Amino acid sequence: MAFPSIRSDGYPMTAPVRGGGVRLDPPGPGPVGLGRFGEFGGRFVPETIVAALEQLEREFRDAWHSDAFRAEFSSLLQHYAGRPTPITECRNLSERLGIRVLLKREDLTHTGSHKINNVLGQALLTKRMGKQKVIAETGAGQHGVATATAAALFGLECKVFMGATDVERQALNVWRMRLLGAEVVPVTSGSATLKDAINDAMRDWVASVEDTHYCIGSVVGPHPYPWIVREFQRVVGDEAREQARAVLGDDPDFVVACVGGGSNAMGTFAGFVETRSRLIGVEAAGFGLESGKHGASVSRGVPGVLHGARSLYLQDEDGQILEAHSISAGLDYPGVGPEHAALAGAGRAEYASATDAEALDGFRLLSVTEGIVPALEPAHAIGWLAREAGGTIPEGSTVVLTLSGRGDKDAQQVSELLDLGDGA
Amino acid sequence: MTIEARFRAARAAGRSLLVPYLTGGLGEWRATIEEVAAAGADAIEIGIPFSDPIMDGPVIQESSQRALRSGATPQGIVAELAGVDVDVPIVVMTYYNPVHHMGHRRFADSLAAAGVGGSIVPDLPVDESDPWIEAAEAAGIENILLAAPTTTEARLATICARSRGWIYGIALLGVTGERSTVAEAGLEMGRRLKAATDKPVLLGLGISDGAQAATVAAVADGVIVGSAVVRRQLEGCSPSEIGAFVATLRDGLDTA
Repeated sequence: MAFPSIRSDGYPMTAPVRGGGVRLDPPGPGPVGLGRFGEFGGRFVPETIVAALEQLEREFRDAWHSDAFRAEFSSLLQHYAGRPTPITECRNLSERLGIRVLLKREDLTHTGSHKINNVLGQALLTKRMGKQKVIAETGAGQHGVATATAAALFGLECKVFMGATDVERQALNVWRMRLLGAEVVPVTSGSATLKDAINDAMRDWVASVEDTHYCIGSVVGPHPYPWIVREFQRVVGDEAREQARAVLGDDPDFVVACVGGGSNAMGTFAGFVETRSRLIGVEAAGFGLESGKHGASVSRGVPGVLHGARSLYLQDEDGQILEAHSISAGLDYPGVGPEHAALAGAGRAEYASATDAEALDGFRLLSVTEGIVPALEPAHAIGWLAREAGGTIPEGSTVVLTLSGRGDKDAQQVSELLDLGDGA
Repeated sequence: MTIEARFRAARAAGRSLLVPYLTGGLGEWRATIEEVAAAGADAIEIGIPFSDPIMDGPVIQESSQRALRSGATPQGIVAELAGVDVDVPIVVMTYYNPVHHMGHRRFADSLAAAGVGGSIVPDLPVDESDPWIEAAEAAGIENILLAAPTTTEARLATICARSRGWIYGIALLGVTGERSTVAEAGLEMGRRLKAATDKPVLLGLGISDGAQAATVAAVADGVIVGSAVVRRQLEGCSPSEIGAFVATLRDGLDTA
């Protein structure tokens, strides 16, 4: 790819870093005005945290165009997180489904999911702002573990808010966070899942904002978070695009990723949004879209404002937010990042869904065909692929699917649901 | 007469202003409004319960959940306010999503039809508030903006210029809830706001009793008391018992 030397917004173009780190593409376009992606986004927050958001926006804007910051970030991505992650051609699965499937292997990063990319960037920003404490929310525990990891590395105090329901179903990750020195705060308000963990993290931040950075784990929340998290995750899509071109000699026909808040999907889509590839986000259909027990905010949500952003949310006729449901804690969220809402509205990305049962099918299918155990979140994307191969996805199509995390954290939960026979 | 005009007149007469907060839709909330008005409130703030109240501590979270479980809805509460007959202004506190969901104009018109005088939307900061303020003002609703200890001087000026009714100074860093002492940050907030504007300045958050109200009133024109009142609603206090508590706040302010 050829890069111009000066961007249209006047910032000098950062040269890709070679040797000392992971190659980073130039920064992508930012939101417009006060954090708008089309009609979505914004900064709908209590006045108390506005100053901190303005500071974060300034720091990020400067840092993301600073050669020194980018060099440090790319070096961490390589030497600490283990990037670039490979892309794996799945010959057995491809043969089974009649399509050609490449997996972007975020499961192979340090801590086992894409969440590490974002937290390393935000930890660098935290240091840059002179703050010594971080707080985070977590659903499946992947973002909590990643934040606790970065906090240990950078010597930051760390507190993670986690729904009490999720503390129970993700016990292993709770233990890992505590091992890493983080305090885990079980959240019992509301539905005691990811939505409520974000509520309590925000309530904490309203009190602690002067010395604490809120490390949000997805492309949700008030401006500038959806932009920052997408930019720190775009390495997934930028790497995958170049790797896919090397393997396929072309861009893939389909780019597929699971969507809760949507950070792995947004990072992936950012690398392909300028290509011809069809972008597919797979949401959690839970017990089925008609059951009302799901997490399909794009498919079934309506515009609203929650957690600081205008986006699509599951809500009742009075504007009260509904509880989501998914077998996977990471997709158990009644909203979606504002840039996804904008991509859906513009028709640039399409949003499908897979049920709990289809996710379990995907979990098993990838394990037995490729020897790769996926996390339950990307298992939804695998399940959708298996369902739609030969349908929505014509035979012979090429597909890049982001495997956002590994399935170790889910082994215990799934072992209670999947009967493997012969007493296994 | 606007809320701002009433408050300016009361201030000129040497009165410290008192605005108690009640959660709408909870128990005998309408009878409580009448008792609270009679006990010396200058305006009454009615909270419209929301599923995800990120600015609120445990007491108002619990009261909101309880009201929602008992079937309270934003439209139902506003409609019931129409039947409340008190001679002090009613102001609603609502998170932004119910307003957004109903539509700015419909929501503003429904408040006006119910005789509500003002609105407080804690997750709608001044730079996002134009569409709501426009609809509210068209319907004669005074939208009260919040200022925080972290607010910069430049924003403070904008907030004071755009706020109607009064300026709501946040008296601590944190969410709503009773505190054992008044934070120095709250007193500083009052002093900064009084230096920035001649509109009425009321401080809220963390004020639990008459003595604390008096401490705060020394640096501002009045106080808002929420969780200390709502806790009594949750504990099942009768409307007259809650009125008696509000009378102790009034005494604290009057004897200061």
